[in-house]
Amino acid sequence: MGKRILSVDDSTSIRQLVQFTLEKEGYEVVSAVDGSDAIQKAKEKHADMVITDLNMPNMDGIELIRSLRSDPAYRFTPIVMLTTESALEKKDAGKNAGATGWIVKPFKPEQLIAVVKRLIG
Amino acid sequence: MDRQKELYREEAYELLDGLEDSLMELEKKPTDMDVVSRVFRAMHTIKGSGAMFGFNDIASFTHTIEAVYDLVRDGKIPVDQNLISLTLASCDLIREMLDASHDGAAPPEEKTELLTSAFVGYLPDCRENGTGKQEASTPESVTHPGSETTEQTWRIRFKPHRNIFSNGTNPALLLRELGSLGTCSIVSHLEDLPDLSLMDPETCYVWWDVVLTTKADYNALRDVFIFVEDLCELTMEVIDAPGETNDENPLYKRVGEILLERGDISTDAVEKALRSQKKLGEILVEGNTISPSAVQAALAEQEQVRSARKRRLAGDDTSSVRVPSAKLDSLVNLVGELVTVQARLSQISARRNEAELIGVAEEVERLSSELRDITMGIRMLPIGASFAKFRRLVRDLSAELGKEIRFVMDGEETELDKTIIDKLSEPLVHLIRNSIDHGIESPGIREQNGKSRAGTIRLSAMHSGAYVFIAVSDDGRGLDAEAIRSKAVAKGIIAPEQALSENELYSLIFEPGFSTAAEVSRVSGRGVGMDVVRNTIDSLGGTVEVTSIPGQGTTVTLKVPLTLAIIDGLLVRIDEDSYILPLSVVVECVEITRHDQEAIPGRHLVRVRNEIIPYIPLRKVFRLDSAPPDIEQVVITEITGNRIGFVVDKVIGQHQTVIKSMGTLLKRIEGISGATILGDGTVALIIDVNRIMHQDECAVSSRVAHEAMAPAPCPAHGPVSPHA
Repeated sequence: MGKRILSVDDSTSIRQLVQFTLEKEGYEVVSAVDGSDAIQKAKEKHADMVITDLNMPNMDGIELIRSLRSDPAYRFTPIVMLTTESALEKKDAGKNAGATGWIVKPFKPEQLIAVVKRLIG
Repeated sequence: MDRQKELYREEAYELLDGLEDSLMELEKKPTDMDVVSRVFRAMHTIKGSGAMFGFNDIASFTHTIEAVYDLVRDGKIPVDQNLISLTLASCDLIREMLDASHDGAAPPEEKTELLTSAFVGYLPDCRENGTGKQEASTPESVTHPGSETTEQTWRIRFKPHRNIFSNGTNPALLLRELGSLGTCSIVSHLEDLPDLSLMDPETCYVWWDVVLTTKADYNALRDVFIFVEDLCELTMEVIDAPGETNDENPLYKRVGEILLERGDISTDAVEKALRSQKKLGEILVEGNTISPSAVQAALAEQEQVRSARKRRLAGDDTSSVRVPSAKLDSLVNLVGELVTVQARLSQISARRNEAELIGVAEEVERLSSELRDITMGIRMLPIGASFAKFRRLVRDLSAELGKEIRFVMDGEETELDKTIIDKLSEPLVHLIRNSIDHGIESPGIREQNGKSRAGTIRLSAMHSGAYVFIAVSDDGRGLDAEAIRSKAVAKGIIAPEQALSENELYSLIFEPGFSTAAEVSRVSGRGVGMDVVRNTIDSLGGTVEVTSIPGQGTTVTLKVPLTLAIIDGLLVRIDEDSYILPLSVVVECVEITRHDQEAIPGRHLVRVRNEIIPYIPLRKVFRLDSAPPDIEQVVITEITGNRIGFVVDKVIGQHQTVIKSMGTLLKRIEGISGATILGDGTVALIIDVNRIMHQDECAVSSRVAHEAMAPAPCPAHGPVSPHA
């Protein structure tokens, strides 16, 4: 049974890309369109890893990370943020919220796989 | 990816529609931050995804707009009519870009520049003055698999902060990733681990020293730890690289030096420790100066760098290694011993019948047989490689002597010891020269004698038991026994009245100083040569034999032993004794009853699947007087194309046979080519099937001459496969 990854992004094309890439590697991917959707899906079934965009309507990525980290079930779950900002503030905000790592957009599928492998094997 | 692009395009059109609505709304409520956020997000997604799917023009264009709206969101720039108009124009432009990418049209570059500079005007100089230049740069959080340099050895100390688990990092996975980059030894430092009662399972107490030999460069290594850079103490340094250090010295630094370099210990402590006699590491640990794991880590580094250097030194000629043959000899010897011991183990395990022991014994058998094959293989070369050069010799000589010669080789694939091949070269040259010079007649004479103009010289090699037979034969005039005799007498090699058989006479040609050629030719006939052949073969522990038929040709056969060769043999039993038949010649085993044998008195023939095969009762050959069992076994062999059976009491099974040569006194016993030691310590004789067949042929042919027609051969029972 593959590991379960929750992919959160308001952009359909990115969600598709993440799903397509990771499923090919044998992971199970659940997609959510924004933070609150993600919280919902995270509760339904535990994910081994969360990959989230930062800028999203309803609940943004930072808030999502903070909320997940306060949930005992997700305290030690790797959370990776997808960010176009290489700017430090955003990265730091995410890290402070409890993100494990980050991937700067644009990224190549191999880069996504490398990060996922690094964090959940 | 094209599908992905299409998907992005659809998404972008949608986003642009939504964006326009938001902009209209913003026009009415320029201070509504929710709307500003929506505009920002739309731009952000168009940009981010655009870059993902290769729409770089869109990504870099929207980057500037996004940057402006970021400022608006922060309240640093007010929304004005102009900004909204510009943004709406941008929406149109992005649509154009999307269309252009779809239709393959040129992107509207002029407009892009114009609008970009308009947006840049909103940005304070200190913030942005380009068009998204940094976004196009390589992302920093990922590995660069392409960035490989030469192999280096790194010393990495990874000391995670105690709270590293709290952001979801699993340090073990990072170490595993590190390990996947090359050869890696990891030592865990557990000395900070508190008692179980005090331990907080959410705290990381462990840290690691890693020594990694890898082709990955600094950035690739750094990338592994990029997410935890501020959650750990990380030091990485190159401790070994080609060229950088003294490659000729595969020994690496001493443990003390390593510990010093790592800052685990002070110079004083090392010097103090060095004064005593014990191993440095032990002393340091005993004295509580440092932890055992620190020493272990240092030792691991030492070990790894040493092996990396050794590999590098060896790396240049991996294709072949020159090894003194004495080393190979002792290896072969040891393997022989091992095979013997293994046979004993198998026997014991079979007797004890303990599953565990049998398992081990079978494993050892498999390994020793593999080891045997490889070891023998190292020394063995096909003789064909050395045969090849004789072609040239034959060609040159026959041209010089005006003879036509067809040169045939067979058995080139016969493998034998490299040193023997090397030593055979010279004797073979002499033999071939001799055949061309003395053996093969000139074309004219051959025609007169009703032979083909071209003579044939055949060079053949054949493996037989513990020996390889190499024969040089020609279809020339043959040896003249009388000429040899008179010459030998003249040279004082034999006394005039000495009575010698033909074969004895023939072997005189190998005496020193003997040559029958009437005139000394350039090629041979100086009386050197044939004695060299015998000396060489003697020194190899082999024999030389000459057979010749006047007018039809001469064959010189060199019998060369494979000293301490190991072969697969078929272990059989006759009376109380064990014998080995070379498995390579064995075809099958069938049963034969006494009744079958008695049905054809005086005839040794057995019918196997409608083929009549002669057999030789080994009991008679070895003159064993005891009575044979009622049902005997016939081991059917194929020797030089002829099938012949050997009757034994019982077939025991396959046996890895270490061939030991017989002692000097027993050397001359015919029909036995050697001996081997069985698992229980008893000796089994290795049967020289060729020789026995040959002897029997002579005996039979003389017998057949006196006997009437053979009665019908007896039927044999079905084949019995040889197994233990």
